[in-house]
Parts: sequence; C-alpha cells; structure tokens
Amino acid sequence: MGNLFEGYAPESYFDEMFGSAGEVRPHYDTLLARYAEMSSEEFQKKRALADNAFLTQGVTFTVYNDQEGTERIFPFDLIPRIIPRSEWEHVECGLGQRITALNMFLHDIYHDQKIVRDGIVPADIIHTAAHFRPEFMGFDVPKDIYIHICGSDLIRDQNGDYLVLEDNARCPSGVSYLLENRQAMKRVFPNLFSRYLVRSVDTYCLELLDVLRFIAPHGNPEPTVVLLTPGIYNSAYFEHSFLARTMGIEIVVGADLVTQNGFVYMKTTRGLKRVDVIYRRIDDDFLDPEVFRGDSVLGVSGMVDAYRRGNVSLANTIGTGVADDKVTYYFVPKMIRYYLDQDPILPNVETYLSHFDSDRKYILENLDKLVVKSANESGGYGMLMGPQATAAQREAFREAIEKNPRNYVAQPVIRLSRSPSFCDDHFEGRHIDLRPYILYGKKITIIPGGLTRVALRKGSLVVNSSQGGGSKDTWILNE
Amino acid sequence: MLSRVADALFWLSRYTERAENNARMMDVNLQVMLDVQPFANNQQHWESIIFTLEDTKLFYKLYPEITRDAVVDFVTFERKNPNSIYSCLALARENARTVREELSVEMWEQINRMYLFFSSGDAKPMFQSSTYEFFKWILEGSHLFQGVTDATMLHDEGWEFIRLGMFLERADRTSRILDIKYHILLPSGEQIGGNVDTVQWMAVLKSCSALEPYRKHYRGQVLPWKVVEFLVKNQTFPRSIVFCVDSLDYSLHKITGVDRGEFQYSVEAERLSGKLLADLCFVTVDEIFRAGLHEYLDRMQGRLIEITKAIYKEFCEWLEEEENEPEEIEPTQFQTQKNSS
Repeated sequence: MGNLFEGYAPESYFDEMFGSAGEVRPHYDTLLARYAEMSSEEFQKKRALADNAFLTQGVTFTVYNDQEGTERIFPFDLIPRIIPRSEWEHVECGLGQRITALNMFLHDIYHDQKIVRDGIVPADIIHTAAHFRPEFMGFDVPKDIYIHICGSDLIRDQNGDYLVLEDNARCPSGVSYLLENRQAMKRVFPNLFSRYLVRSVDTYCLELLDVLRFIAPHGNPEPTVVLLTPGIYNSAYFEHSFLARTMGIEIVVGADLVTQNGFVYMKTTRGLKRVDVIYRRIDDDFLDPEVFRGDSVLGVSGMVDAYRRGNVSLANTIGTGVADDKVTYYFVPKMIRYYLDQDPILPNVETYLSHFDSDRKYILENLDKLVVKSANESGGYGMLMGPQATAAQREAFREAIEKNPRNYVAQPVIRLSRSPSFCDDHFEGRHIDLRPYILYGKKITIIPGGLTRVALRKGSLVVNSSQGGGSKDTWILNE
Repeated sequence: MLSRVADALFWLSRYTERAENNARMMDVNLQVMLDVQPFANNQQHWESIIFTLEDTKLFYKLYPEITRDAVVDFVTFERKNPNSIYSCLALARENARTVREELSVEMWEQINRMYLFFSSGDAKPMFQSSTYEFFKWILEGSHLFQGVTDATMLHDEGWEFIRLGMFLERADRTSRILDIKYHILLPSGEQIGGNVDTVQWMAVLKSCSALEPYRKHYRGQVLPWKVVEFLVKNQTFPRSIVFCVDSLDYSLHKITGVDRGEFQYSVEAERLSGKLLADLCFVTVDEIFRAGLHEYLDRMQGRLIEITKAIYKEFCEWLEEEENEPEEIEPTQFQTQKNSS
C-alpha cells in the first residue's frame, strides 16, 4: 500500500473502501491503484486546483461575521464515494417507494385523514406539527403532487445496510454542490474518471425544469417558470442562482413580484409579465405576509390567494413540512405499509417517540446512550449527542422533553460508515452520509448519486456544513 | 427582463468602467508628476483631481491634507469612498452576484477575480512593488471583462443595458478628465502652449487612452482646441463623448425596438440622448470655448445625469416605488429564514 494510505485502518466501522480484513473492495480497486502512487505534495496540488476553481466560480456559502461577509468554500474531499450498480438500484427502489408514500400521506392528511381514522397516526401528532397547514384542508394541488423535490438523507450502518435518517420535503438544498463536485473531479482526475463507467448527473436541471413545467396551471404548455430566492444574503444563494442559470429561468426576489386580480406577475422592463410556476426556495412562513408571517418581506402579498385560485403553482406545495417533521418520520414505514401494502425497502433508523409514555420513559433513562433530536430543527442544531454530552446538557434536554414530549425523538447512536478522507497529509477514515435528490413529476427521477457529506472532524458523526462538514463526489457505476 | 436585473447589469458595468477610469487616471497622473514635478505645485495638481471627481468633502473627512499618497489611497483603496477602485469592484461584484444567471461564466469569473485581488490582500503588495504593474493589472482586467462580455454573453436586452452603463460612465468620465485641465493653473512663468502646458494636455489625452489615436488623427502638435475637438467630437474614437452618446442612443433604440432613422424616439431617455447627440454633432469647438469649456462640460455632465434618470424611470419604475417603502432598507436584505436543511 502506498504512502497516503499508510496506517489506514477501517477499525470497527463499516468502511466504504476496505473490508474488515483490510482488503480493498473490488469497485475501489482502480482508484486505490491511482491514489496509492501519489505523493502527499501531488495530492495537495490537486486539492488546491479544485479549491481554487470553487473560489473563482463563487461556489461558496457566506458566513456573516463582519461587514464584508466571509465567503467560504464547502470543503471538498477528493476521494469519491463509489456505489456499485446493484446497490444503487436497491436504493433507488426504496426512495421511489418512500416519496410515493409521502405524497399519498400528504394528500390523505389534507383531505379525509383516513390514516388517522384508522389509528395508524395519532391525530394530535398531525395537528401539533409545526408545519401542518390546516388552512389547506380539502385543497387539491396540481396533478395531486405535493412533494416535487425531496432530499432524503441516507446512512449506512455497521453492516453496510442503507437506512433513512430523515426526509427533507420542504426546500432541500445542496444539489448544486453535487453538480459542481462532479465538474471538479472530472477536471482534477480526468484519467481516473474515464476508467470508471460513472453515470452522468448532468441532466438534473433539465429534469427539474420538466417537473416544474408539468405542474403549470391550466395545462399551459409554455408556462413562465421562476425561482424565488430570499436574496443574495441567503447562505444558499449560490445554489439558487446556479439552478436558475442552468434551467434558463428567471431568478426573482419577493420585490420582483406583484399580484393583481389573483395572478402573480413579475416586474420587467416591458411592464408586468405573468408567472405560472414558482420554484420557491423560501419557507411557507415567508411566502405571503397576508396569510403567514405578517412581517415577511421575502414573499409577496396575495401569492397564496393566486395559488388557491389555481393561477400559480408552487413547488414544493404549501404544507409539505408535516411530512418531514422528525416525529412524522417515525410513521413513514407504517405509511408505506398502509398506502402501498408493501414492506419498506429502506428501513428507518430505530426511533423512540417521547410522545409515547413507554418510549419517553426509555429515553429519559438512557439519555447518555441516545441521540435526541427536536422535531423541527435542522443543520445539526437542537440535537443532543448523549454519549458526548455533559450532565448539564442532558439535564436541559430532560426538562425540555418533559415539558413538550411531542417535540422530541431519540435514536441509538448509529455507527455511520466511513470513507477515506484526506486529512493534513494522509488518508484517514471519516464518517459519511448520503443525500440523494428525488424528483416527482410525470414520473419519479432520482439523480444517480447524491451529495455525500463527510464529517471532517475526527470522530465526529455530524456532517452538516455548519458543523465542520465537507462533501465528496458520488459515483454510481454503470456496470 | 426583470427591472431589477436590468438595473443591476447597468450598474455592474458602470462600476467596472469607473474602476478602470480611476486606475488609468491614477497611473497617468503619477507618471505626469514625474515630468512636471520640478515646476508645478504638486498639491494643487492632486487637488484638481479630487475636485473634478466631486469628492472633496468626503476626502477631507478622511484625510487631513492633500498629498500624493493620500489621493492615490483615496481613489484606489479607500472602502469609505464609494467611488474608489476597490469599492467600485466590490459594488460591481455585488451587482453581478444578484444577476449571476444573466452573466456568462467567463464574465462572472473575471469580475470575481478582480474583486478577490483586492479582498484577498494581494493588491497592496503588488501596488507597493510596482504601481505601474498594479494599475496595468486593473486596466487589463477591465478590458478582459469587456472582451468576454462581447464574446460570450447573449447580445440581447441585458447586453444593451451593460452597454448603456458603460457608455454613460465613459462619457461622464471623459468630460471630467477634460475638465481637470481647467482646474490646474499653470505655474508662474509658464506660458500657454509652453512645455508644462503641453505636458498637461498630453496627460489629459493619456488619461483617456487617447494620445496615440490623437497623433494618428492630427499628425501634429498637441493643441488645446484640437484636444477638445478630439475628445468631444471625434466620431471614431471610442472614448470621445460623441462616440459614447451615439452608442448609448443606439442601445436605447435596441431596447425599445424603435427604428433610429429620421430622429425617431418613443421614450424620454431616447429623446434626451438624441437631442444631446445632435448638439454634439453640430457644435463647433469655437462655440464650446466661447461658452467656456468648464461651463460646457458642466452642462454636459448634467445632461448625462438626466439621461440616467430617464432610463431608470422608463425601465425600472417598479423599483422606484419600493424605495419609498421602509422594506428597501437593511431588513429586506438581512431577513433570514432558517434553511429547512
């Protein structure tokens, strides 16, 4: 084994590249040969090349701590994660099944609530969900699709089995990094790339545009589609701009829009132009100050009225957040059985709901062993990593759970799979997850791969960029 | 095209052009001072530059007195001066960032590269080791931007707004540079048409990249009325005022779709630019001097501002409405939502 891999050990984790006896997995063979021959200096050079490309292209997110705002690149790890074809097919089936069930669930919840009446999901879980929108009971959404774009986070456990960690059914972000990571890998390792048959991710934006056009009101064959962003100060602005550019659609902020007589228009140099479909990257709360948060300046007054009248379509629709609530998550396998009469292909992580008395008792007795999450926080916030937490932190969560049991779930600490990552001057194992992007329009399309996020801090299990996470290119093999 | 986008393209182009002109003006004047130093009143020379930029007040807020170094710092690096090269590049990039999807990748990368040159701290050391190299880097950077804009962006409505911004800025700048000469008094004992006078007029030409084109055109001495004629009225020199006004008039007609022939116009901005263009075509240098060069140029700047306002009113009136509402200020930009993931 070459220099960079010297001392590398999978330890007791499931390693993506090496088996437990240290033997390389067959689909990483070619990669190992290429990387093992490189010196640390050579590798650093490759890395600087990639970093510089990200910086010049402005593939950055913004951290505001002074007047100028610091732009950081999302750390990019140059060792791709490789998934063989058969393994991916299994994941694809599971994700397709899951988004189908989630959409059926949303239809049901906003109509007859059969799943509640049949006693599968408790009524108060739904009615107390922060993102449930009772205003839309009985409302029919275009083509009966609620979630058009979904990002479900997957992890692999100690046995290498894929599990669903959470669903993101509101405005999942990160897909632009996936697309840019691929560009970077092709530039930095062109020869290695050509030695693998990697499935292309290039058509994502075309497929996304197809979905958006498919849901146009009144079956308009030539709809005007726009992307609504909170603006350049949003940390994901780069992505919004990237997607709009790649789809060739306008990117608008709330101030660019105005409503008249139940239609939404944008303000152009030639007057007002009607807008048919809005891919909105702002949350429900900010969409329309007349209906939701009155102080919102990110959306536009009257948008919800236009939406209700069927004159404008939104992706995702309003109220999908009830499906990605971490408490609702617990019920997804039950939904799959209930609506589809199938066994879930991708299981959930074992989860305890503090809403249930027996689960709550178990959670409170095992706070030092569990990961506790609040229902609606994300980005690695609002979380207790039991084994690492201080007594005071555990105590704070105990109080919070007792005060508001509806709001918490707990899971055992999963020993996430690891993948070699470049650390200082050699490779070390780091924990990873995977966020695939699922599109639901005329058909279900899953981008081959997804964003592999990596917890670059040694021993860390948190992959979020705000917590020292980075990302990797994800290769789905066509063989 | 979205009004907000048109506005941003206009300004990103204006700011880039302004940065370029500032760089050229600093570069030329630093060199000129080497020639005239023994005779001239240094301070007064630099003062006239600040004066023509109409930044005197702000300057004295930031610096106790006018010196070479203070002026160069003020025009080049000072972030509190919204017209400094650094500020212009930051503003150009900020505008570019809001309309990235309208720009070609090459345009964005070039604007970003110029901004990063300053923000990364690479600019100062280069400036200290060679001011010539430094200003050359900026000039070339701006030319590269204009080149890739021409070569890679769709020549559609957005491109025309970029042209509008560039030519309005350039016309304004040429008129101001010409005006510098009005403010610089000749040192006592020096005669009009004498050595120092000629060096100063040459500096004016150089500040507009016009010395060689001028020589090609007149094949002779540098004479004040010819310099004025060249910078105001030459139809083929791309930085003369008439050339800029002609080009922006052309872009305006492209945007409105109105035929330019037979003095046609459909909007106020076109009427104003057409009128200015006719004046520039038919005025004589004699008339300009009789009216007073400074007064003439002052009026010119006023008319360019009127055109800018008319463009804004015609194409971006929506944005104007918003400005009266409180939401245009900071909270708009900083209201944040928690990303759902």
